[in-house]
Amino acid sequence: MENLDQLFRQESGRLVATLTRIFGLHNLALAEDVVQDAFGRAAEVWSYQGVPGNPAAWLMVTAKRRALDALRRERTARTFAPEVEHLVKSEWTAVATVDEAFSAKAIKDDVLRMMFTCCDPRLAEEMQVALILNILCGLSVGEIAAAYVSSEAAIEKRISRGKKFLADSKLLFDVAAPTDFAARLPSVLRALYLLFSEGYHGASPESVIRTELCREAMRLVAQVIEHPFGSTPAACALAALMCFDAARLPGRTDDGGALQDLARQDRSKWDHALIAQGTALLEQSAIGDEITAYHVEASIAAVHARAAAVGETDWREIVYLYDELLRIQPSPVVALNRAIAVAHAEGPERGLAEISAIPDISRLSGYPFHEAALGEFELRLGRHAAAREHFEAALANARNASEREFLHNRLRACLPQLTGAIRT
Amino acid sequence: MGEFVLLYRGGERPGSPADGQQVMQKWMTWMKALADKGHIIDRGQPLERSGKIVQAGGRTITDGPFAEAKDVIGGYTLIKANDVAQAAELAKGCPILERGGQVEVRPVMKLEM
Repeated sequence: MENLDQLFRQESGRLVATLTRIFGLHNLALAEDVVQDAFGRAAEVWSYQGVPGNPAAWLMVTAKRRALDALRRERTARTFAPEVEHLVKSEWTAVATVDEAFSAKAIKDDVLRMMFTCCDPRLAEEMQVALILNILCGLSVGEIAAAYVSSEAAIEKRISRGKKFLADSKLLFDVAAPTDFAARLPSVLRALYLLFSEGYHGASPESVIRTELCREAMRLVAQVIEHPFGSTPAACALAALMCFDAARLPGRTDDGGALQDLARQDRSKWDHALIAQGTALLEQSAIGDEITAYHVEASIAAVHARAAAVGETDWREIVYLYDELLRIQPSPVVALNRAIAVAHAEGPERGLAEISAIPDISRLSGYPFHEAALGEFELRLGRHAAAREHFEAALANARNASEREFLHNRLRACLPQLTGAIRT
Repeated sequence: MGEFVLLYRGGERPGSPADGQQVMQKWMTWMKALADKGHIIDRGQPLERSGKIVQAGGRTITDGPFAEAKDVIGGYTLIKANDVAQAAELAKGCPILERGGQVEVRPVMKLEM
């Protein structure tokens, strides 16, 4: 039996997006109320009559009816979307107009339109992502707060400010205008990248929510690529990156849910269909002369995905790719990841040298994986006391239970060798 | 054996889809249990929360009842049971009771005594 809250996450975004096109962006709240109402009715009616054979269709019909009720009720008090204002206010044409809005052809672009509207560069990135999660992915304030390990009050404020901004902008983004589309696309890709990263690397201990964030990001980027203006090299590269990372999600934690070291991940759990999809998208993204950070990150992920075991990874290729990434998007974290790759390719001593050469390395203080990397190199060099110190420092900076457990395990790997002969 | 109408009054409406899912699940479980034991004659329907009230010999039609009123009837079910005591026992499992609502159990008037 279908879960009502799953259905909400799957269907509500599309319904809100379509209703907003009829009601107008300034009436986004009304659109959300109508959809909430439809789901409330579903809970009541299905309690008596059971879940219908096609729940999504039932919900859509109910949403249409409630929309017509809302249009009648609010006719004198509000204005609606300018393009349909007179049509929906007339008894003769209201029903046909709503029907037309919900036709398969019309609905297709609604989600994209809403996505692009939310990714207004005048809004802070985290606000754009929160709006997408709330409006298009059907996540509640509580669910978003849990995913970001933030307070509900903070998320509530962020979302309501964002929605006020949208209401004041009055017009949905026009996805049919090629120049505007191209100009807005980088914002959209960035928001989806952040959404995916939150799911993949995020601090929330709830692995269910995290996988869902990744899935949502992939679903939305697929919609972007489907649009004639959307299958740009950058978009395809981002989609490829998501496929490669998502493919490796199953192996990233062990059966107990603990984060696994790259060397210890069970690669048999990797999703090879997703890897194939990523490879195809990466090829598609290679058309033209645009190289973005997404291209490079996707290529790095591809190298990992190609290796049947950590020992077979082409680390030199990865170092070369990180050189590229540093050129496009210099940052201490990228430099750190490059140093780790160098260590794999040329030995831990070289890794230590690379890390100490990182400019503005002080920006990494508080980042647990800086100390953890130093710990790994010292461990590999047999310097267990030094390794232990670094892992303890890393542990002090751990941001959640997953990281703590992972670092405890690394610490434990240093300890047995400390008994007996002292080696420094 | 008699027939009884269960009238569901009040009860907090679900706030979120997750809440809605839980409430729906509980109703379905309770009704299924009644059906399995052969008590359900008609599962019934939910009712819109407000409508019209016709009074005073038909001269007055007003809007009502009001959704905010505490004991608005939200739905009904028709069951069969040995007697009103058993019917009331069966009604104890209704999920509306956990949400501040109540179940009114009314015997259908029999034709013979």
